[in-house]
Amino acid sequence: MLAKRIIPCLDVKDGMTVKGVNFVNFRNAGDPVELGRAYSQAGADELVYLDITASYEERKTFIDLVRRVAENVNIPFTVGGGIGSVQDVGKLLNAGADKVSINSSALRNPQLITDIASNFGCQVCVVAIDARCDNGEWICYVKGGRVPTERKLYDWALEAQERGAGEILFTSMDHDGVKEGFACQALAELNSRLSIPVIASGGCGTMEHFKDAFTIGKADAALAASVFHFNEIGIRDLKEYLKQNNINVRL
Amino acid sequence: MNVAIIKYNAGNIFSVLYALKRIGIEAIVTDDFDTIRNADKVIFPGVGEASSAMAYLKEKGLDQLIISLKQPVLGICIGEQLLCRHSEEGNVDCLGIFDVDVKRFDNTNHHDLKIPHMGWNTISANDNPILKGVDGKFVYFVHSYYAPVCKHTIATCNYIDNYSAALHRDNFYATQFHPEKSGDIGELILKNFIEL
Repeated sequence: MLAKRIIPCLDVKDGMTVKGVNFVNFRNAGDPVELGRAYSQAGADELVYLDITASYEERKTFIDLVRRVAENVNIPFTVGGGIGSVQDVGKLLNAGADKVSINSSALRNPQLITDIASNFGCQVCVVAIDARCDNGEWICYVKGGRVPTERKLYDWALEAQERGAGEILFTSMDHDGVKEGFACQALAELNSRLSIPVIASGGCGTMEHFKDAFTIGKADAALAASVFHFNEIGIRDLKEYLKQNNINVRL
Repeated sequence: MNVAIIKYNAGNIFSVLYALKRIGIEAIVTDDFDTIRNADKVIFPGVGEASSAMAYLKEKGLDQLIISLKQPVLGICIGEQLLCRHSEEGNVDCLGIFDVDVKRFDNTNHHDLKIPHMGWNTISANDNPILKGVDGKFVYFVHSYYAPVCKHTIATCNYIDNYSAALHRDNFYATQFHPEKSGDIGELILKNFIEL
């Protein structure tokens, strides 16, 4: 049976891992390659590296990092941050990334999803959506969750799927960084509307939150950062807990 | 040990190079006929679309080269599918090493099962030497098309239906999953192949 995936997310700035709490106040959490290797050895199923600065000058540094990750880590990894063109995607895939995650650039230019899927295959294209529930309606945000758009979460996720997205990475801005659990109702709604995998992101603080994302939220994978980086939850402990709760995980 | 990784218009080729490096094997990524022909082992990897990959192989003459190889060859993912007879992806005739036609997953009766089949799944492996120590273990899959179970099947995976997770005929071996991304188990499979 296909296992539910646990995905540590590493935000990278100036070659180092950082994690934002509600997207501000960065705290340092170590070397991205070493951290990635440690996670894969601890049983992580995939990794996500987000280049959170992604200025033009820093792209090359990030591509070098992608190559070092590919050389050293034996599980799949996704990279994201500042990807605006098919050429950007080609460079990252050539450096050894398995998938790319696009967010604001897809909202600005939905054709980018279509182009990535047709050039490299659907499985390469993860569409990340940051959304917040405003007056009962889930609205998509851009620029690291600072700027609202006209787009609604479910409609946009469906359009992304139709355009060739291979997965949806859904972050609830309301839940991110506050450690009170994933947005399980919205996850379940997304899952019922989509036929591609959904990755839950934002809000986990306890092992039970992961269980809820899989059972109530029906997520295919769950992503987290600080609970792993600061060793509040060990990946192996988490997987053993999930297994005891009848959730199929790779141990 | 000379290991050649066939270079063509498919992604993820360097991942195989890096994985081999991690197990101490320096391979070469090449589309040079003599280098491929003279290698001790050949790996035919990739992530891509079947009909455009076949068109490229034909244009370069790699299709004829691959089927003429006598040393152990390992197809991975799209490499596996291209070694089959035909693929529904782009409705294209493939290399015909394995007598089986590649089909698209159909989840009409299994709405809870997503396509692509993406992530870690367990395989049931027979006693084929490249699968030594692998039966029942998790490996990493990413695909929307699959080879059904056939006489060349050496491992199966269950997703929507039982299908071929790995195939073997004569000197040709192939896996639908990605050993280069399947953690320690994947590295074991690559080691098994190199030691054939």
